[in-house]
Amino acid sequence: MEPLFLEGKEDTPKIILNSQSNQYLISGRSLPEDATSFYSPVLKWLDEFSTQTVADPNVKFEVRLEYFNTASSKLLLDIFSKLEGLSENGKKVTVQWYYSEDDEDMLEAGEEYSELVDLKFEMKTY
Amino acid sequence: MDSTGLKSNELGFVYEFHKKMISMNLTLVYEGEFTQDITKAVLSMTEKQMAYSGEQSTVKKKVFNIMVECLQNICKHSENTYYNSSAIFMVGLEEDTYFICTGNPVKNENVELLKMKMQEINNLDKEGLKALYKEIVSKGTISDKGGAGLGLIDIARKAGTKLEYSFEQIDNLMTFFSFMVKIPRSKEL
Repeated sequence: MEPLFLEGKEDTPKIILNSQSNQYLISGRSLPEDATSFYSPVLKWLDEFSTQTVADPNVKFEVRLEYFNTASSKLLLDIFSKLEGLSENGKKVTVQWYYSEDDEDMLEAGEEYSELVDLKFEMKTY
Repeated sequence: MDSTGLKSNELGFVYEFHKKMISMNLTLVYEGEFTQDITKAVLSMTEKQMAYSGEQSTVKKKVFNIMVECLQNICKHSENTYYNSSAIFMVGLEEDTYFICTGNPVKNENVELLKMKMQEINNLDKEGLKALYKEIVSKGTISDKGGAGLGLIDIARKAGTKLEYSFEQIDNLMTFFSFMVKIPRSKEL
């Protein structure tokens, strides 16, 4: 399946979704005006991914966000819900939630997501 | 012809304006149209100002986050009146507190809902705000304007202070909505 790669910009994050190299990453800043359109290819990719069988069932989904706006926060939850669906399909998903050591708001945001979805979250500092 | 409508002997307002900004501890004032490009420009300016003043990264992030929500609220909700389509955005630093003020026209019919929303937020404590945020993020939907209905709640959570606001009716269609949030630089405040 074709990887999805989006270059990071001033107001949108870098995104890598690559099942060949088993790399899944969202990093940078996410403040798009229209978060629904921005994340729509990501959700579409994950839908297709859920139908694929992969050599390594371990999916480590890295989130390294510096900032995200509230519209993105809703879309992030949509992404995690899709990831939740992958687990039902035999893939073992772990979300690696990175936060800057002094950034309590980002740690709290990660903890809240982990309470909202049935996924394994690893909180990591960078 | 004097196209600006100002005569050179009236230019004293520049200095008056400058002094006013300083006396009010304002570091940035933007008045005009609000778009995503303007939002990015205003964010980048304030970010640079804070970096230049050596502000600590936790405070910078909070101010940045709250600015994003305030600016995007204006982009999404400011109404054009028949005489103009502009809104105002201000950032200031007074002693140990950053303050962000916004002002924009809203339709009269939306005033009560907005007031109720802010009263609801101001009546909640930290845990209450967290619960409300989680409820809306998991059950809410993105509006046709692209909002998640979470902006004001997020602002109150990040700032840790009460939202301040006032409404002044412009005419029988529009009301001017003024908003302020204070962001203490130290947690103990």
